[in-house]
Amino acid sequence: MESFLNRYRHITVLLLVICAQLVLLAVQVKNDQDVRFIRIWTISAVTPVARLVEGIRGGGAGFLHNYITLHDTNAENRRLKDELGRLKMENIFLRNELSTADRAKALQIFESATPSKTLAANVIAIAPGSDSKVVTVNRGSLSGVERGMAVVTPDGIVGKVTAAYPTASMVQLVTDPEFAAGVISQKNGVRGTLKGQGTPTCKVDYVGVDEKVEPGEWFYTSGDDRIFPRGFPVGVVRSVRDGANFKEISIDPSGVRHGVEDLLIVLQGVHQNIPQAPPANQPVYLTPQVPPIAQAPAEPGQQPAAAPEPAVGTEADKVRGFYKAVGEAQNHTYGVGPPGTKPPDFNMKLPPARPSGAAAPTSGTGDRSVVPVNPPQTPPSGKVPDAARRANQAAGAPPGGIPKE
Amino acid sequence: MSYPDGRILLNSQREGQVSRFRFWVLLAVPLAAILFQAYVPLFFQFLRYLEVPMLVVVYFAIMQRSQISGLLIGAVVGLAQDSLTTEPLGMYGIAKTLVGYFAASVGLRLDVDHPVIRLLLCFFFYIVHKFFYWVILRAMFGKPLPFDIQNTLVLALLNAVVGVSLFHFLDKLREPA
Repeated sequence: MESFLNRYRHITVLLLVICAQLVLLAVQVKNDQDVRFIRIWTISAVTPVARLVEGIRGGGAGFLHNYITLHDTNAENRRLKDELGRLKMENIFLRNELSTADRAKALQIFESATPSKTLAANVIAIAPGSDSKVVTVNRGSLSGVERGMAVVTPDGIVGKVTAAYPTASMVQLVTDPEFAAGVISQKNGVRGTLKGQGTPTCKVDYVGVDEKVEPGEWFYTSGDDRIFPRGFPVGVVRSVRDGANFKEISIDPSGVRHGVEDLLIVLQGVHQNIPQAPPANQPVYLTPQVPPIAQAPAEPGQQPAAAPEPAVGTEADKVRGFYKAVGEAQNHTYGVGPPGTKPPDFNMKLPPARPSGAAAPTSGTGDRSVVPVNPPQTPPSGKVPDAARRANQAAGAPPGGIPKE
Repeated sequence: MSYPDGRILLNSQREGQVSRFRFWVLLAVPLAAILFQAYVPLFFQFLRYLEVPMLVVVYFAIMQRSQISGLLIGAVVGLAQDSLTTEPLGMYGIAKTLVGYFAASVGLRLDVDHPVIRLLLCFFFYIVHKFFYWVILRAMFGKPLPFDIQNTLVLALLNAVVGVSLFHFLDKLREPA
């Protein structure tokens, strides 16, 4: 017997190890219970190293951002000085276009605004496997996190905690095929079950074909699942089709649309009402800008002349107008000429702008849409009394009287 | 370290050179591999297709030329990898145990310092690993997942190329003979 074991020692050990793991698997599958201590060991071993690596990465990225890119900024500044006006204008435009919504600030605001008690967390790892929809966050049971807690962002729900370890937790994302949550539509209050599909979109199941759901409609958590408090945004309906028994509703989950990095774990959920309007961060339709006020009403059937400059605008519009006026005054065209070309003098005094009410000349022909660019060179003959001047201004005459033609 | 006459098949098991590693290498390298698998794809999505823990198991198994050592490393790494998923413990554990055992068995008969042999071993054992995992999924959980052969072959080739470079780096952590 001993010689037999010695001879087949390797294969015996292999069979023992395989059998042990098969038993482990079978016990877990049969009892639907997890072997927690092995997971705790691994998570406890991996999490500190992951935090250390994340710290080094964050520090390195900060160093690169603060120092290396400053070199680029200096070079860019020199280039800005060379090209002056044009790049300054671009800079102002870009500044206006910069998004002011800082993600961390948004989280903080949301955290203070929502009645639910939440805990901010960061994603530090994802579950291995190419089709995995599970992430690990840096908050665990020591921070009060428990299995089954909801995970959200200001944009919408993200997932739920499937396991809480002392220093970390695992979060199943809404896109995971095994994820499910109770949802309700905003307009008609249609209830359904949100299910992940393993793809970027989710579906809402168990909605009868006679219910009314439209593309573009928002779904919110219904609170029926006892995981997500009622009233958190879930996503917007992408498409609706009638199936055999239920509608086939495809939904674009709003919480994971821009990736998952910073999130909030709902420690104590408070149900809220379903809002009447879609979430505030949705794109809002804006009507076209108000056209400049006409100097005088055009006669019926008369075509307007060249489009006048807008009377109102942003700070950038004012700066652009100033640069344009400076360029025109010195016969300078921006963007033309080799590098090193002498820029226009931006410190020169421009002639004062003509009041808008006096822009249109009152010629006898009635063509009031032609606006003179330069003030009349010929001074008016004789002085106009104040009363007469005010009357002329009210009628649209330039200050100083009507120029002679 | 290749054999001077250019042979890739050894005449006997005794001819093979057993590599030894310090304890911290045996601990840190698998941990780093698991961490890589869990952390790096957060920033580089395409790197999630690299099965670095499997490559590490294959390396230690073939270099130590011990089947028991290979299967134990495979079991530990596999169970640790299982712990970071929501699947039951043992899925990757069994697959990597078998890979560790068979890699060590093959390593006894081949010149495992030869780059071509390493490339072929990584390619072959990636497919074996994937196949065992697929079998366990179907047999234990009845999940009707298809075995995508074309995709597996491409990923096996990718992992094999990375594996050769990784093995070259890990060679520097061997204790001098």
